[in-house]
Amino acid sequence: MANKQMTGAEMVVQALIDQGVDTVFGYPGGAVLPIYDEIFQQEKINHILVRHEQGATHAAEGYARSTGKPGVVLVTSGPGATNAVTGMTDALMDSIPMIVLCGQVPTFMIGNDAFQEADTVGITRPCSKHNWLVKDTDQLSDVIHQAFHVATHGRPGPVLVDIPKDVQFAKGTYVPPKAASTQHYAPKVKGDIEKITELVEMMEKAQRPILYTGGGVINSGDSATALLRELAKETGFPVTSTLMGLGAYPASGDQWLGMLGMHGLYEANMAMHGCDLMINIGARFDDRITGRVDAFSPHSKKAHIDIDASSINKIIHVDVPIIGDVAHVLEDLLRVWKSRGRKTHKEGLAKWWKKIEEWRTKRCLEYKNSETIIKPQYALQRLEALTKHRKDRFICTEVGQHQMWAAQYLGFEEPNHWMTSGGLGTMGYGLPASVGVQVAHPDALVINVAGEASWLMNMQEMGTARQYNLPIKQFILNNERLGMVRQWQQLLHGNRYSHSWSEALPDFVVLAQAFGAKGIKCTDPSDLDDAIMEMLNYDGPVVFDCGVEKHENCYPMIPSGAPHNEMLMGEDTGEDAIGTKGAVMV
Amino acid sequence: MSPLKIKKGSSKHSAYDLKDPNADYIERHTLACVVTNEAGVLARVIGLFSGRGYNIESLTVAEVDHEGHRSRITIVTVGTPAVITQIKAQLERMVPVHDVHDLTEEGASVERELALFKVTGTGNDRIEALRLAEIFRANVVDSTLESFVFEMTGHSEKIDAFADLMRPLGLVEQARTGVAALSRGAK
Repeated sequence: MANKQMTGAEMVVQALIDQGVDTVFGYPGGAVLPIYDEIFQQEKINHILVRHEQGATHAAEGYARSTGKPGVVLVTSGPGATNAVTGMTDALMDSIPMIVLCGQVPTFMIGNDAFQEADTVGITRPCSKHNWLVKDTDQLSDVIHQAFHVATHGRPGPVLVDIPKDVQFAKGTYVPPKAASTQHYAPKVKGDIEKITELVEMMEKAQRPILYTGGGVINSGDSATALLRELAKETGFPVTSTLMGLGAYPASGDQWLGMLGMHGLYEANMAMHGCDLMINIGARFDDRITGRVDAFSPHSKKAHIDIDASSINKIIHVDVPIIGDVAHVLEDLLRVWKSRGRKTHKEGLAKWWKKIEEWRTKRCLEYKNSETIIKPQYALQRLEALTKHRKDRFICTEVGQHQMWAAQYLGFEEPNHWMTSGGLGTMGYGLPASVGVQVAHPDALVINVAGEASWLMNMQEMGTARQYNLPIKQFILNNERLGMVRQWQQLLHGNRYSHSWSEALPDFVVLAQAFGAKGIKCTDPSDLDDAIMEMLNYDGPVVFDCGVEKHENCYPMIPSGAPHNEMLMGEDTGEDAIGTKGAVMV
Repeated sequence: MSPLKIKKGSSKHSAYDLKDPNADYIERHTLACVVTNEAGVLARVIGLFSGRGYNIESLTVAEVDHEGHRSRITIVTVGTPAVITQIKAQLERMVPVHDVHDLTEEGASVERELALFKVTGTGNDRIEALRLAEIFRANVVDSTLESFVFEMTGHSEKIDAFADLMRPLGLVEQARTGVAALSRGAK
C-alpha cells in the first residue's frame, strides 16, 4: 500500500488492521473520541468495552497469553491512563506483549494541568518496556508500528503510545508496517554456540541434572515447547517449572516433577536443591523460586538460557550463561548434543530418578479431607477431575492461596492454557483475564479459579462478560479471608490476624444475578460434583461461590529466608493446628 | 507462639530476604552510553538508576551527532562488580540505548571534568589563590578587585584538590560539569 494522507485517528485504526489486530479492549473518554469515532465506522476490529481500564489491561494480558499475540488496549487520558498502570506493571513483570494506546490532552495544553491531563509517559516509563508521546501526526503510524515491534521482539512486554487529541484530528502521511523504522531494535535470538557446546558437555557428564523451565519457553512459541519436550524425552532429565511456565511440559509426562518454589512440590524443590546440573530455560531465579540465595542449590553447576541479558547473573551466579531465544537455543543445543552421540550419564541418571521417586513417596500434596466442609484442595481436585478431558480448558487465577492450589492440583498439558499473575501478584487479575481469554476463544471452557477477596477487586467486569455473552466460569474458593495473608500472619506474626478478613461479603449468588449471570453456591462436599457440573453445563457466565475451609494453609511452603530443603509440610491444617501441633520443618 | 517460633518484630523471617547480599566490594566505573537523542531519554536512564537503587556519582549528557540524533551520556557509578554488570545489562536492554561502554574495564581511558570556582578576598589570600591557580593551570575567566572566577579542566581528583585548597582562601561558589570520558588509542 502506498503512503497516503489520513487523520491521526484513521491512522490508529489502519495501523491496528495492518498489524493484524482483531480485538481491542478499551474504554472511551474525551481525549480518545476521534479514535472511537473511527472505530465506530469500521468492522475489522472488534472493540470490547470493559468496565474499568485495569480490566482492559488484564483482559489484554489474558488475550495475549492465550493466543501468543500481543494484547491491545485503548484508553483515554489522565485517569484512563493511570488506571492502566497496574496491568502494565503486571505485563512487564510477566513479559506479556501489550500495546496500550492512550489519548492525551492536545499538545498545546500539555503541561497546563488541563482537564484529565496526566504525565502519562512519565508515569508509565518505569512500568513499560518503552513508551512514546507522539506530537506530530506524520510520526504516528511509524511509532505505532515500532510499538508493536518492541512489544513482541526480545523479551516481550507492555508499551504505551500517548496520542494528543490534536494529533488524532490532524492529517499526516501513513507509513505501512514494512516501511516503519524498527530495525534498530533487534535483540539477539541465536545463542553463542561455544556456550551451548559447553552446556552439552556438562549434560553428558551430569549425574543429577534438572530442567528448570519458565515463562520464557511459552513466550518463545510452540516450537520452543516442542523442543523442550524433545529435549526432556531424549535425555530423560527431570523437568520442573515456575508458575509462569506451567504447560510447556505436560503435567501428565513421566518426567514432570511439578511446580517448584515457595509453594512448589517437595520433589521439585528437593531435586533443585540436590542437583549437580541445573539448566534454567527461560526462567529468572525469582525470589519465590530461590528461597535463601546463598543456600540455593549449593552443589550444582548452573546454565541459564534467557533472551534478556539483564536476567543473567542478576540474582544467582551461573556458570554457563546463554543469551538467546529459547527455541533458537534449544534447537542448537539438541543438534550439538545429537551430533556428539546423544550421550548421558545413564547410571547416574538412574540413581537420580530413584532418589526422586523416594521424594515423590512423601506425597506432599496430601491433605486431611473432610466430609462436612469443602477443602479448597478437594474443590480443585474435583474441578480437575470433571474438566481435565476438555482440551479447550483455559484456567485463569486471581492471587493468593487459591492460585497456588490451582497450580498444584490442576494439570496443564499445553502451553498458553494457564493465565496467572506471577511476578506482580495482582489481586483482581483473574476475572478480566478470563474475559480476554474467552473473547479470544469464544467456544472454549474458560474458568477463573478465584478467591473471594481478589475477585471483588475487579468484579465489575462481569458486566463485560454479560454484554458480550462470554460464558466465563468464576470458581470462587470462598474462605471469607485473605487466605495467604492470614496464613503468613498465622505462621510468622503470632496468629495476629490483622485485617485479613472481610466482615461484609456480598451474597455472590444475588450479585451474579444482578449482573445477569448465573449464581451457584455450594458448601457441602457431597453436593460439589453436581454443582460443578451445573456450572459447566450452563451456557453463560457463572459465579460459583464455593464455601471452603476458612483456615486451611497452603503447603508445602518454603518460608522466605529458608533454603529449598527446609520446607513446611501440611501435616496438620485447619484452625486446631494453630499454635500447638502446626506445621513442622522438614 | 507460632509454629515457626518467631518473635514479634523479628526480621529473620519475612516476605523478603532482608539481608543485602551485595554488601561487599565496591568499585567505581565510568560508563559511556550512546543513545538516541529523543525526548525523555535522560529521564529513562536516571529512572533506571533511581528505580533499581543504583548510584550516580556524576552524569553528563550532550548531543554528539546532530544528523544521526545521537547523544552521549557519561555516567560515573559505584557498586559491587555484580551490580556494575547489572547496570550495563539494564542500560543495554533499553530501546533508545545503542551502545554501552565500560571505560574502566575496556582499557585505558581519559577522563576530564570542567569546573568554575568563585574565590573572593583581598590581600594575601587573594595573592595565594592566584599563585595556586597558576600551579594547577587554572585560568582566570573573570576578575574584580575582590574576586576571581577560575576555570579549570582536569581529572576529578585534581579538581577536588584545588577546591580543597581554595576553601580557606575564600571559595564561595563552584560549578562542575561532571566527567566526560573517552577510551585511549585509535579504537
